Amino acid sequence: MDYLVRLVQVHESFRKPELEALAALANINIEFLAYADESPFCILRLQSEAAARSLIARSILSQGIYELWGSGIDYPSLHADVTARTKVQWRQYQDCSFRFTLDGFQGKRSPSSQRDVMESFQYMGFDGPIQMNDADLSMCIFEEYERKARTPKMLYLGRLIASSGRRAKATYDLKKRRYISTTSMDSELALVTANMAHAAPGRLFYDPFMGTGSFPIACAHFGAVALGSDIDGRSIRGKKDRDVVSNFVQYGIAGRYLDSFVSDLTHTPLRTARYLDGVVCDPPYGVREGLKVLGSAKAESGKAVVLNNGELAHLQEGFVPPKRPYSFEAMLDDILDFAASMLVENGRLAMWMPTANDDDVELAIPSHPSLELVSVCVQAFNKWSRRLLTYRRLPDAQVDSTAPRPQRTYVAGATADELNSFRRKYFEGFKNASGTSTP
Amino acid sequence: MKLLTLNFLTCARKACKTSAASFPLHPRDAELEQIEVDLNPLFIQNVLPRVEWDALKSLSSELGLPNLPDQCPDAAELTSDDEPSQTLKDLHTLLLETTIQSGKLVCGNCGHEYAIKEGIANFLLPSHLV
Repeated sequence: MDYLVRLVQVHESFRKPELEALAALANINIEFLAYADESPFCILRLQSEAAARSLIARSILSQGIYELWGSGIDYPSLHADVTARTKVQWRQYQDCSFRFTLDGFQGKRSPSSQRDVMESFQYMGFDGPIQMNDADLSMCIFEEYERKARTPKMLYLGRLIASSGRRAKATYDLKKRRYISTTSMDSELALVTANMAHAAPGRLFYDPFMGTGSFPIACAHFGAVALGSDIDGRSIRGKKDRDVVSNFVQYGIAGRYLDSFVSDLTHTPLRTARYLDGVVCDPPYGVREGLKVLGSAKAESGKAVVLNNGELAHLQEGFVPPKRPYSFEAMLDDILDFAASMLVENGRLAMWMPTANDDDVELAIPSHPSLELVSVCVQAFNKWSRRLLTYRRLPDAQVDSTAPRPQRTYVAGATADELNSFRRKYFEGFKNASGTSTP
Repeated sequence: MKLLTLNFLTCARKACKTSAASFPLHPRDAELEQIEVDLNPLFIQNVLPRVEWDALKSLSSELGLPNLPDQCPDAAELTSDDEPSQTLKDLHTLLLETTIQSGKLVCGNCGHEYAIKEGIANFLLPSHLV
């Protein structure tokens, strides 16, 4: 059976990977018949209507899925295709309540023109009452226009099967969240990330850079139990009654909040064993937050610091352990090493990393012999872009242990600027072709 | 910090990672609190095989909680007639509803103490231990 997914026209490069991830999660066979980044209409083949419902239920970057009744470059061809494909089905919808809607992309019709179009389908013989809300049968005419064109270039007719999970985007909107910070990931992409990582009921998910908890929240929304940590305890504790926990309480998902703790991923207190179903994170890029790990930036004696009164400094109330800058590339490798040693078989790592628009600072996508790169999605901003990488932990039998880890030579340096090319570029401004820099 | 989480934690020092004594961490001066958490049978079933049962037993006795069975309950013991069994509910109470609100977690290998405050444990190390 052919289906039409009405995608949203944002985050285009994420849309097909999200559907593929959801199909894999639901164990559904999916075949893409037509997909283009420029189009919100995606045609795919699925085994059944149940599969279609299953696929779309959690989808964030779509509005709904429709049983495809026909397509054509103009109305005569559309009607011919609809008749050829679906004539045998019209009878069963003769008496039920129904409605027609028209969805135009990059073009529109006047209300009277819309009415004419809808009435042109009268030959299907629907005799039941027309009902705009909660009709038994909801038909949608899709019109795809080239920009500024007067007539559509492609038409589809679909029967609504189910709406997507996109309403979650509004539910978890940062504007309504009790506790956020400058580092909070927007709800739409946090939810997509959770989909890519296969957050699901019964699963244990971990974010080692949790900040205010955007990813743990998104994972818990889809039923996973979320564990998080951050090197900055203040972002976990928040203030008064606004903290990570209060966010979970706000959304009624506190039952799936496991714990938060303060730690540095490169000195993790988590025991090494394969018990995480997923790792989701947006590591600090080394720009605003200044990527840091435990340790002193200066050379030290290696002995505990003793205060003038003879007491040990690190045992004092309010002691803040020193931190030093760290290479972003090194952190990415550390995350992959961590994921490979902690994820269950087929568990997923979904991780964000920046790229810069200029070629000379493009960060290589990290790799690991135990992790299969499933997808790379790009979110483009004005002068830079970032990627969502999704990896799957391979079953041990499929890991090529003889393949040597690519030797990474990290930039030597002591300061944040030396260690992080992206940060350097960001603060220097991105130079345009003529060599002048823009802030 | 819930007792389930404790079962996944060791000393953060790299030097201690190779020593068996660094797991589990030992609570000291622990103030426990019982909270109410919705029962999540699927999660308990999924995560129980990943729990280090002996460490859970010793933690339970260190905290003065009721003794646990010698062996970790298997999957069949977690349901009775397709409903969550009492065993599952008891595990839920122990693992997810029993929390350490404040206290210390001590490494059995090096003796370093990690503080828990308002339920959040701090595993940051001073530079001489890094």
